[in-house]
Amino acid sequence: MISDETKKRLDELVKRYPEKRSALIPILHDVQAEVGYLSPEAIAWVAAYLTLSPADVMSVASFYDMLHLEPVGKHMIYVCHNLTCSLLGAERLIRHLENRLGIRMGETTPDGLISLKRMECLASCGTAPAIQIDGVFYERVTPQTLDELLEKLRNGRLQGSRT
Amino acid sequence: MAFEKILTRYTNIPNYTGTIDEYIAHGGYQALPKALRELQPADLIETVKRSGLRGRGGAGFPCGVKWGFIPKDSPKAKYLVCNCDESEPGTFKDRMLIEEEPHQLIEGLIISSYAIGCRLAFIYCRGEFVYGAQVLERALREAYGRGFLGRNILGSGFDLDVHVHRGAGAYICGEETGLLESLEGKRGQPRMKPPFPAISGLYRSPTVVNNVETLSNIPHIVLRGAEWFASIGPPKSAGPRLFSVSGHVERPGNYELPMSITLRELIFDHAGGIPNGRRLKAVIPGGSSAPVLTEQHLDVPMDFESLAAAGSMGGSGGVIVMNDTVCMVRVGEIVSRFYHHESCGQCTQCREGTAWLHKVLRRIEHGQGRKEDLDVLLDMCDNMKGKTICVLSDAAAMPIESYLKHFREEFEIHIRGRACPFEGKGAF
Repeated sequence: MISDETKKRLDELVKRYPEKRSALIPILHDVQAEVGYLSPEAIAWVAAYLTLSPADVMSVASFYDMLHLEPVGKHMIYVCHNLTCSLLGAERLIRHLENRLGIRMGETTPDGLISLKRMECLASCGTAPAIQIDGVFYERVTPQTLDELLEKLRNGRLQGSRT
Repeated sequence: MAFEKILTRYTNIPNYTGTIDEYIAHGGYQALPKALRELQPADLIETVKRSGLRGRGGAGFPCGVKWGFIPKDSPKAKYLVCNCDESEPGTFKDRMLIEEEPHQLIEGLIISSYAIGCRLAFIYCRGEFVYGAQVLERALREAYGRGFLGRNILGSGFDLDVHVHRGAGAYICGEETGLLESLEGKRGQPRMKPPFPAISGLYRSPTVVNNVETLSNIPHIVLRGAEWFASIGPPKSAGPRLFSVSGHVERPGNYELPMSITLRELIFDHAGGIPNGRRLKAVIPGGSSAPVLTEQHLDVPMDFESLAAAGSMGGSGGVIVMNDTVCMVRVGEIVSRFYHHESCGQCTQCREGTAWLHKVLRRIEHGQGRKEDLDVLLDMCDNMKGKTICVLSDAAAMPIESYLKHFREEFEIHIRGRACPFEGKGAF
């Protein structure tokens, strides 16, 4: 399930830490990027790799917002809905996205392309309202710029980061 | 009076991209050889104590005192962990420091590691800082390339490795023991204290956790001296501070200023005042955990003591400005939603308290408030403070108490009128 290249990278990563369990969250990021989400098989693979129980790995994975235990879209849009972004139009952006994509926050488009997720403060308040698409910040976002970004996403012209 | 920029001196240089060559060309990495060659670790700790540098993450604890708690005679490894989990709503200065001036932080981190006897340090970045973490990784490679990291740094016999470690989205990992749990590969649930991290921190070893901005000050203190640093701003709140100003202001952004600056000067002179001819209604001066202030507090200086005396706190330096169109019940609904979402769930007062605060505030905002709700809210807040493993619970309760203190009438109007009286009914 995990490529040799990724496995080699993880072997190097583990060496950074005096206790190898420390590598768990970075490993979960990496495995999620490769598999698409943290499926039961992915959790089991990570557990075996670090000699932990799958339940233990699951308890950690379930704690963090960026780790997904259910299938998510190819692209992930995070929308900050904390105070400053709300003051400057976050709910308007959320309604716009929901209308354009025909899904609610927390859902994935039926074609599996895009997931929407509400996030807490992204440390982008000086350039609010802010969103992240595939790990990349977009700031001072308007419904118009959202439309442009969605268009680029659909055409595969939006460069994401391996998160 | 024009204030000399210290932390943002480099980032204001045109076309500056933060590579190691640019940093060095503008005076960077001069403090490191000075520290390693001319100063003993104990001298450094003493210098930082005398400088009066206080933590810039939220608690404002004296940095040199924190370093001094590390036992000198412990046979265990010692760790320095840089807290770059910047997640306090309204705060965005550490992100700027790592993205635009990574080497200032790294130089501070190396000197600080030397001071406390650390050979392996980590920079814990919040998971959403994908780009910031990449910038830091690149900068670390550059520093290794120049011999500022690794074995026998600059011929001093001092060894240090530094790694970037990304979290995965959890506010509580900014709490230092939650951060250490997370760095150990666990749920980010804060630990009981004592023991404090200085005695038993990462891997049960002596550990210092310092914020990005705190560490970024260190090279300047080493180069220019404790007395120079202590002379900036009020005596008990020395040195420059980055204020992140956001919300209803003309020019939101990070402003580096001495803490003698008043709220009025910060909002109106630096950030350009309130747009569209609106009036200021409320301002949160130190991140969303800080109690709210109003127009009557505009002449309060932004130092730790003055803000505390005004009933709020300096916190993380995140200043959220709200104009007179803003409904404070809606603000309470948003802020309590945040703490409810971020409570780690260990302590009953916090897990249940944050959930109920949000539930009650939401029903008031949406016209279903009950006559007794305001007393219920205050009673819950009282039961949430000082009773839990960490202060997230207090941080959830304090702002709500302050909204009720300054805007009680507004809450009562919501309950009496069975609706939000503001235009758009909390559409913001």
